[in-house]
Amino acid sequence: MTTTLKPVDAVLVGFGWTGAIMGQQLCDAGLNVIALERGPWRDTATDFATGFAQDELRYMWRHHLFQNLTDDTLTIRNHVGQDALPMRRLGSFLLGTGVGSGGVHWNGQIWRFLPTDFLTKSHNQKRYGRKAVTDYDLTVQDWGVTYDELEPFYDQFDQLCGTSGKAGNLKGKIQPGGNPFEGPRANEYPTPPMPQTYGPTLFGKAAAELGRHPFPHPTGNMSEAYTNPLGAQLGACTYCGFCEKFGCGNYSKASPQTTVLPYLLRKPNFTLKTECEVLRVELTPDKKRASGVTYVNSAGEEFFQPAEMVILSAYVLQNVRLLLLSGIGKPYDPKTGEGVVGKNYAYQTMSSVNVFFDDKIINPFIGAGALATVIDDFNGDNFDHGGLGFIGGAYIAGMVTGGRPIEMIYTPQGTPAWGLEWKHAAAKNYLRSFSLSIHGSCMSTRGNYLDLDPTYRDVHGRPMLRMTFDFSQNDHKMSDFLTDRAAEVAKAMNPREIKLNRRTGSWNVTPYQTTHNTGGAIMGDSPKNSVVNKYLQSWDVSNVFSMGAGAFPQNAGYNPTATLAALAYLSADAIKSQYLKAPGPMVRA
Amino acid sequence: MKKVNLGRRRLLLGSVAAGVAGAAAIVHDGELGAPPQTISGSVPWKEGTADAPPGVSGSGYVYFTSAEAAFIEAAVGRLIPNDPVGPGAVEANVPFFLDRQLAGPFGRGDHFYLGGPWPKGTAEQGYQSRFSPAQLYRAAVAAIDRHVGANLGAAAFAALAAQDQDKLLKELESGDVTLDGGVDSKTFFAMLLQNTKEGYFSDPIYGGNKDMAAWKMIGFPGAHYDYKEWVSRHGERVPYPTVGFKGRPGWTENQS
Repeated sequence: MTTTLKPVDAVLVGFGWTGAIMGQQLCDAGLNVIALERGPWRDTATDFATGFAQDELRYMWRHHLFQNLTDDTLTIRNHVGQDALPMRRLGSFLLGTGVGSGGVHWNGQIWRFLPTDFLTKSHNQKRYGRKAVTDYDLTVQDWGVTYDELEPFYDQFDQLCGTSGKAGNLKGKIQPGGNPFEGPRANEYPTPPMPQTYGPTLFGKAAAELGRHPFPHPTGNMSEAYTNPLGAQLGACTYCGFCEKFGCGNYSKASPQTTVLPYLLRKPNFTLKTECEVLRVELTPDKKRASGVTYVNSAGEEFFQPAEMVILSAYVLQNVRLLLLSGIGKPYDPKTGEGVVGKNYAYQTMSSVNVFFDDKIINPFIGAGALATVIDDFNGDNFDHGGLGFIGGAYIAGMVTGGRPIEMIYTPQGTPAWGLEWKHAAAKNYLRSFSLSIHGSCMSTRGNYLDLDPTYRDVHGRPMLRMTFDFSQNDHKMSDFLTDRAAEVAKAMNPREIKLNRRTGSWNVTPYQTTHNTGGAIMGDSPKNSVVNKYLQSWDVSNVFSMGAGAFPQNAGYNPTATLAALAYLSADAIKSQYLKAPGPMVRA
Repeated sequence: MKKVNLGRRRLLLGSVAAGVAGAAAIVHDGELGAPPQTISGSVPWKEGTADAPPGVSGSGYVYFTSAEAAFIEAAVGRLIPNDPVGPGAVEANVPFFLDRQLAGPFGRGDHFYLGGPWPKGTAEQGYQSRFSPAQLYRAAVAAIDRHVGANLGAAAFAALAAQDQDKLLKELESGDVTLDGGVDSKTFFAMLLQNTKEGYFSDPIYGGNKDMAAWKMIGFPGAHYDYKEWVSRHGERVPYPTVGFKGRPGWTENQS
């Protein structure tokens, strides 16, 4: 039996970064808002206190803060010719759950995409010709929103987080010490960059000698104490080296808990319900409007929550699945190229170069999630791609997030994985090595997409999401070119030796790569090419909004959080200034 | 009563453990299905609810049979052998760690999806066994010992000479040996090696990394909270003593 609850103005499905941002924005506008989170309540003092937060086994390898796959996972395959099988264990990406979700266990890497990243199709076509954006079955698109439109909302997220960094472009004027390739910023970062440890410093020196343009990574790990516009206070990072995959016990990493919740939870018009999983969005008989959502709690009780607006603020994979399960938008068909829901799923193309010294003590355990010196010379269209045979790029970061010994011992090329030789290499190199991270774009292709699995079902009896994905030749070429550029910097550091970890072969679900899944609910300028308009509003059901990186038509060579947060602020702004006055489509199809 | 020198971290852990014991059992995400909560008006606070890690206690094996223990002690001793550079996996108490892991949530397949159907899949599709980790260890150790008995003229893996153990481990690693009992040798080897390194390098509260000797070997100082003072001191050795969640020997009476 389903119990019908009292109607609300807006229901948030999922309560991580975008849920927290939308909750705060809509409650401040006076709406009655309820958030439904499938996972548990979590807070700093109880769930990741400094007394036990630095536990590599529990959090990284036993997945304590991540989604438990026992009840629900997705199925995976590399291409349509294969049978998709369940992802039986987290590996390649580490899905969040619970209050704060991935916003709790991210590294705090805060990037803006380049102005040209929002024009992937038109810009590259204009500069390199039509084949550049159609070779390898690429299906890249423009976003339907520009960097200039997003800039005030990127700034809003920086103010919320207290982002530590150095501007490289203030109102069009290039600034020494920052990223000269970035789009213009209205404001300097709220806090100065983090002081760099030895490894990133060596990287920056070598990169500058090669004529590159090194700068400190912008970060949500605080360089100094900060109070944000909501009154939430963060403390200076202590470089404990347990950031990504861990919660911060020190209130030093921007997260929904540290930046929004203390403010939002006091609002009388906001309610959060945990352990409540939304099964589907309910539509009116004409399928033009959502009437609310049906959810089930961990006691097995089912409820219908009526709502004037449904905000899908779960992770990208859950948002896409809910759209498919609820019949919102036409599912994408890779054979015909018709349909939009599930189209243009993309990922992140990662590689690395390990650097080994004899004479330099790196102390990798002194780390932080976004502690790095970076070059952006080969990202996006910051360099001439003429004759290279690919579009896109990557940032290259001399990065020390930590020295957690199960995950992060680097051994030289040719070292066996076990035995005395491995042990001796670990003992010799741990303190004297670190890694350059090459964080590459991932261009959408016709064959990479999301749909519902025909065989496997979750604990509620719903079809699992099916992911069909492999890296394209465009991305392999990009990654090889970028890995060579990173190797040049590595060699210029005069190490004893380096090791190249290239991106080879098909996508494999087992080794950790990154939790930057994108697309499937993409934004655009027409219902023919996209699921949502520039305000993240469904073209088909105008009181449904789909947040998050699902809106990215392809993925740029940066971490996605700041961009998906900026899109949420843009959406909230449009809802407040336009939608609430005249509910209905905000962009005419 | 003698005065015991307790550090801050130990005090924290001690009070946390007492709090949990005194409160109703808390179900966290690791176990799935915490009770639903409705939260409004303020950030909720309940005393005694800190999610402190579950350590291990006791000695001896609770999951491994004696035949399994013989295999595990022999195999992990080859994966990480003992020598003057640092401890071997046996000396670091890794077999005890593995036993407690397999007896607990990890062994039962917590956080794994194990539902059917169970086709073998491609290498890229990763773990595709119906076995939970504890079941996989049980089936694999028996299958390896059967293989040794049938093909290598010894009673069990543990009875082979060290170089023959290494040779067989390499064949398991590469998949060059086929095991019966539905066991994929590469899948088992990958899990055994991963779990062995986990026991070697994880916090001693989980039963391995005895005396934090594996951390000391590589120079990892353990669960320190604040390195700010050392951020700009490039290339210097950080002189902090190695510390785990339960402290270090210097925090305990009669030890320095």
